Amino acid sequence: MSTSPTNAQVERYSTTAISLHWIVAALIICAFTLGWIMTDLEVSPLKLKMFNWHKWVGITILLLVIVRLLWRLTHRPPLMLPMPVWQRIAANTLHGILYVLLLLQPLSGWVYSNAAGYPVVYLGLIPLPTLVAKNKQVADVLMERHELLGWFLLVVATLHILAGLKHHFVDGDATLKRMWFKS
Amino acid sequence: MITFKLHRLLFLLLVPVVVIAAAGDIDPSKSTLTATFKQEGVSVENPFKKFSGHIAYDAANVAASTAMIEVETASFDMGGEEYNAEVRKKAWFDSTAFPKAIFKSTSIKADGASKFTASGTLTIKGKSIDTSVPVSVQSTARGTAFDGSIVISRAGFGIGDPAWNDVLDDKVTVHFHFINVK
Repeated sequence: MSTSPTNAQVERYSTTAISLHWIVAALIICAFTLGWIMTDLEVSPLKLKMFNWHKWVGITILLLVIVRLLWRLTHRPPLMLPMPVWQRIAANTLHGILYVLLLLQPLSGWVYSNAAGYPVVYLGLIPLPTLVAKNKQVADVLMERHELLGWFLLVVATLHILAGLKHHFVDGDATLKRMWFKS
Repeated sequence: MITFKLHRLLFLLLVPVVVIAAAGDIDPSKSTLTATFKQEGVSVENPFKKFSGHIAYDAANVAASTAMIEVETASFDMGGEEYNAEVRKKAWFDSTAFPKAIFKSTSIKADGASKFTASGTLTIKGKSIDTSVPVSVQSTARGTAFDGSIVISRAGFGIGDPAWNDVLDDKVTVHFHFINVK
């Protein structure tokens, strides 16, 4: 652990990138928890509310991920820390998949909601465009896809977390630190 | 007791008339009847799958026209059985006790060439409320089409548990598109 570079030596992500990363991470946990609970609930006002919250959180994630991508395209992220090539490739691949899933998962939910006959009204205030017409068969397929993507996201995010923890605790490098706020 | 039996007899006599599709009967296979409710700003439209009725429309003498619509409350399809079952419950339509919602015209007034206002009684869940519905009439290749909508207050008919009121608007819009059998 003593070989780990100090905060000052490590090029960290910008505060904007760090904030966006952790806000999105927290929202993903919210979306998952809501999705998990609401689908098991009996029909009730709370169930409907939770469905709406789930959708609002999902749309927020979609928006923030777009912001993150724009930020990343216009601000160079810090160079990767020295690590074996396979790890570098694995990390880049995993990050790429995460971005794609974080765009696809809210979109699939939005489209599913539309197919089920429910337009999405963001925060109960802003009606979003209806992307597909109401269709029971399409809705059933999209619901399955949304769930499947959710599982996939859960697996990829878990790998992402485990890799971060491994770098921090096993390798003792600054991979995790540079994505955390300056202390 | 006698009047009661007479009612029964009349009812039995009427049954064959209702069963045989005649000119003026609405054709359920070509017609649609939906209810649009709003939950937390989200408008959701769902159909009633079973309804019947008779619109005796006389273009030459609109005031002589009559309309009667019967809707099976249990046929409201929200796209999922758990929701359909909820809506059939006592707090909502109470479909077991009140299987049908009925509109019966008392007077029809022409509003120009292809429009009229049907005034009548709307009975849902055993409560009857006088209502007026503007209707537009159109002659189509499939038959005479009657289009319109009416806004209903759930509270007025006692539809829905008050626990739902902060999620679900009181006002529900019923859209109809009836086509008469030719």
